[in-house]
Amino acid sequence: MHPTRGGRPSLALSAVLAVLGGLLLTGAAAPADVRVAEERVTTADGVELDTSLYLPATTPAPAVLVAHGFGGSKASVDADARALAARGFVVLTWSARGFGTSTGQIALDSPDHEVADARALVDRLAGRPDVVQDAPGDPRVGVTGASYGGALALLLAGLDPRVDALAPVITWNNLGQALFPNAAAAAPPPADTPAHGIAAPDGVFKSGWAGLLFSAGRDETSDEPGAAAASAGPANPCGRFTAEICAAYTEAATTGRISPATAELLRRSSPATVADRITAPTLLVQGEQDTLFGLDQADATARQITGAGGRVKVEWFAGGHDGAAPAEAVRDTVGDWFDFHLAGIGDDPGTGFSYVVPSGVRAGSNTPTSRTLAAPAYPGLPGAAALLTTPLPLEGDAQEIVHPAGGRPAAITSLPGLGGALGSAAGRISAFAADPAGQSATFRTPPLEASLVLAGAPRVQVSVARVPGQPAPAEAVLFARVTELDPDGRRTLLGGAVAPMRVPVPADGTPATVTVTLPGLVAPVESGNRLAVSIATTDQGFTSPVEPAVWQVDVTGDLIVPVVPGTSATASTVPLGPLVGIAVVLAIALLGWMGFRLRRRRATAPVAAEDGPPLRVSGLAKTYAGGFQAVKDVSFTVEQGIVLGLLGPNGAGKTTVLRMLMGLVRPTAGTVSAFGQPIGPGSPVLARIGAFVEGPGFLPHLSGADNLRLYWAATGRPAAEAHVEEALEIADLGAALGRRVGTYSQGMRQRLAIAQAMLGLPDLLVLDEPTNGLDPPQISAMREVLRRYAARGRTVVVSSHLLAEVEQTCTHVVVMHRGEVVADGTVEEIIAGGGAATFTVDAPERAASVLSDLAGVLSVEVVEGGVHAELNGTPRAEAVRALVAAGVEVAAAGPRRRLEDAFLQLVGEDRTP
Amino acid sequence: MTPHTTTESTRTPPSPVTRRSFRPERTLPVRVELERQLRRRRTQVVFGLVVLLPVLLWVAFELAPDAPPTNSLSLVDLATGSGLNFAVFAMFASSSFLLVVVVALFFGDTVAAEASWSSLRYLLAAPVPRARLLRQKTVVAAVLSLVALLLLPAVSLVVGTLAYGAGDMVSPTGASLDYGPGVVRVLSGAVYLAVHLSWVAALALLLSVSTDAPLGAVGGAVMVSIVSQILDQITALEGLRDFLPTHFDDAWAGLLGNPVDWDGMTRGALSASIYALVLGAAAIWRFQRKDITS
Repeated sequence: MHPTRGGRPSLALSAVLAVLGGLLLTGAAAPADVRVAEERVTTADGVELDTSLYLPATTPAPAVLVAHGFGGSKASVDADARALAARGFVVLTWSARGFGTSTGQIALDSPDHEVADARALVDRLAGRPDVVQDAPGDPRVGVTGASYGGALALLLAGLDPRVDALAPVITWNNLGQALFPNAAAAAPPPADTPAHGIAAPDGVFKSGWAGLLFSAGRDETSDEPGAAAASAGPANPCGRFTAEICAAYTEAATTGRISPATAELLRRSSPATVADRITAPTLLVQGEQDTLFGLDQADATARQITGAGGRVKVEWFAGGHDGAAPAEAVRDTVGDWFDFHLAGIGDDPGTGFSYVVPSGVRAGSNTPTSRTLAAPAYPGLPGAAALLTTPLPLEGDAQEIVHPAGGRPAAITSLPGLGGALGSAAGRISAFAADPAGQSATFRTPPLEASLVLAGAPRVQVSVARVPGQPAPAEAVLFARVTELDPDGRRTLLGGAVAPMRVPVPADGTPATVTVTLPGLVAPVESGNRLAVSIATTDQGFTSPVEPAVWQVDVTGDLIVPVVPGTSATASTVPLGPLVGIAVVLAIALLGWMGFRLRRRRATAPVAAEDGPPLRVSGLAKTYAGGFQAVKDVSFTVEQGIVLGLLGPNGAGKTTVLRMLMGLVRPTAGTVSAFGQPIGPGSPVLARIGAFVEGPGFLPHLSGADNLRLYWAATGRPAAEAHVEEALEIADLGAALGRRVGTYSQGMRQRLAIAQAMLGLPDLLVLDEPTNGLDPPQISAMREVLRRYAARGRTVVVSSHLLAEVEQTCTHVVVMHRGEVVADGTVEEIIAGGGAATFTVDAPERAASVLSDLAGVLSVEVVEGGVHAELNGTPRAEAVRALVAAGVEVAAAGPRRRLEDAFLQLVGEDRTP
Repeated sequence: MTPHTTTESTRTPPSPVTRRSFRPERTLPVRVELERQLRRRRTQVVFGLVVLLPVLLWVAFELAPDAPPTNSLSLVDLATGSGLNFAVFAMFASSSFLLVVVVALFFGDTVAAEASWSSLRYLLAAPVPRARLLRQKTVVAAVLSLVALLLLPAVSLVVGTLAYGAGDMVSPTGASLDYGPGVVRVLSGAVYLAVHLSWVAALALLLSVSTDAPLGAVGGAVMVSIVSQILDQITALEGLRDFLPTHFDDAWAGLLGNPVDWDGMTRGALSASIYALVLGAAAIWRFQRKDITS
């Protein structure tokens, strides 16, 4: 959109707009020139890996390994790789063994297989001249990846000291603990960090997720070449998993328990074994909606790395395995992390902690419904502030809950694998289905007095006891969760997750008391709402025992919720560029205003010659934009004290002359001056001119009196100068003066407009067709008014298309036709002429010859029914005598009416085109 | 009509009084223009509407049948949480159209209506210098617009506080703010809207001096705003959308957080001031050179 029309100023301003507008945009990514080279790499144990190397525009450059998630391949990280390559990194991606077109079997990030593969890839980078080398055989390299790839990043960094920076995303610390969680312990670890989970042994099998992941690995039957070698065919229940993994899964799925062998197998695949060896700066990104790898997993990794002296930055984002995938913001954070730690570009991302607080409000896609809070450090880590917690009392008596035989029906709290779709639709996942009756006990806090943002894993003490006379196995498998209750009874499951526990319960009926870590979550709780802790016997996502049971559960003590005070991480400072832009715009506006004032002051400097005729028009011409020539070379002068008639048929250009006289229209050529001052738009001399041109112009919603009052007030002149009474006498509106002008008749408006023109008794009064719409008595009164007005030494210009009007009112006349002056003089002059006479006779031809013979007669003209003759001093009576003597019958003899003739001729021409 | 006789005796040549008493800088004083505009029905209707809107919203909320409880809050649920939230909702509901129309009306109608009544030529021949006429009319239109922009949140606050109490302001992002600071934030939001809508004002003024039809000037400005809002919906335009005049119309939401996010508002103020400068300068340039033929 270009707002201005053509011309110099608009062009200059457009340039300003373009320059300043550029400041609005910040850092648009330049199109990246990235080259990709694919290569199949054979590892020491004979597995072929399908790799892609992304080369940036400039090399040598630091390198980044990007590992893919479970069930994916190198193709699934292509966008991340390109984004990093666009930042200038050499990026290496590969399909892990058992995935994509890589051969081999899935060993779950085993140090001997997948991690060894990654180390071999680092070796290859060490041999490349286009990768920056820290030392011979030691390339500058970072590693990142989500989930399966994130664990690989941690394991690689722990096992290979050549890794210089890493950014694992939504991954595990302890795979056994993640898949077989047990969140209850009689002697819990300290709650020093926000999401310090309890990692008790012998957990409850997370069968929902485990089954999904196993099938994702097993179904990886790619039809691409190379996959066939490892795939044992669709009938194989182990798919592309190693036999070891397959056996462990089969065992867990059958028994629902973790055997020591499985625990050992999963331990080897866990970064927990090597995290204390990581010295490279680590960015830990974990999801707030993640029932697979919760916030406790990143918490444990952070504690391990910093405990051994490493440095971490922790970020919790709104998403995870149950929510949205890491979005652009996470990709940017990871890119910034490598920019600083590998390439030395940008600001130090530091070792802070940030988390996203979702509001739970449903709003349009344009309205942000979450905010990011930042704390200087992850609380509880060495060197960081201690964790703050808030105790909330819990109300509720001990309740008996039933575990149905077979564990069905089970409560549904999450849908593994589908969470992404649901989670991205709403900030917080709601409880989809009500708990099956009798299967859960709920304990509530009183309504909160102040709003609160939970950030981390709340803890609560739970006691479980047998109910006399009811069946119960040796251990209770229970699921704890936190919900928010609002005063209207709406329940929201916070974090979308449950904390499973396996509690040995004494056979003698005494209660077993354990501390339970509830799932790590971030949730704002409004004041007036309650928090509730529910303990249930079943959950769809976990394997629970088949034996029926009845347990009595109670909570002891408060619900301890962690809070992390943070400041809003959104840009709160005023951006400098736009601020400078605003200052520049204001400065331009100020300069323009000052320049304008200066020019106007120069332009309105009074012209020295104070005296001059009331009106002098010279060489005036106007051609309108369409090319219509309304006025061509009009000149006349109006002396003081006369009533001038501007006579001409409609369209003669009278009104255009008057508009130029009022400064409304700019002449194409020539000048108009009044009292010696040139007239232009807004010339001060216009204050001495009162005008009524082309009909009245009033505010229809105001009364006649108000219109006159406000018009005079708009001239800025003292009210005493207005002579309102005299003007109102002329208007003669009586009581109608108080009515809205909108209700006036044409004649009333006309009179009011003439009165307005006469306000302040201007030295020059200009009236355009003043008698239009007036009745005969009013017309005659108007003539009297104008004559008296001029008699007082003032000057009046009246335009009209009626000859009689001008003859009766004016002393002088200017006749216009088609934009030109055709006659100019006093009315008498023009009417009487220089001795010209008209004779109405019966025989014009004979009369003409008689008159021509008279001495002194200059010219004779025969017209219809008579003759015109220029007698040139010969008395008219003598001419009549001569005619009569010659036998010509004279009906009438009089002065030739040149004005009327000229005018009628003009009108006639106009009427017969 | 009776010809007057009172001044018959003063047969003197024109006195130089008028020459001395005319001062261009005194023409069309603000109070005169304000009276001319305030007594117009459309001005009264606009102010009535702005006062009535919060009441209508409240009635609508009261009449709305209770929806079945859902598990998440909608913006309407949020609106009835407190008087402050109600005021914020009323501003969100009206900022993209109603307030645009109000500003376009005050600025677009101001010169074009005079032209349509033919009163413009008498003002200019009074003479009110053209730049001064435009300035005084702009000042008055700005005053009227600002009053309307502030009246809406003020009345919403009163209605909302009476209906829903003086609770905290809770923003869609979940941040909450006390009543006192919340009131300041809401009124600051109205001030931002006033700054941001200056582009509409300048465009309406440019159209107002270019046409004799008030409807054309007002409708043209509103139409450009709507087209810009539609283009702004096309996310594929990416960075180009920053150049759309309406792109930052919701930036005052940055005031609802804690601390205030000044980024969008600063960019919005820059964008609006550039448009206002260019369009306003074009309006002055055009009006200075225009032949008044109305």
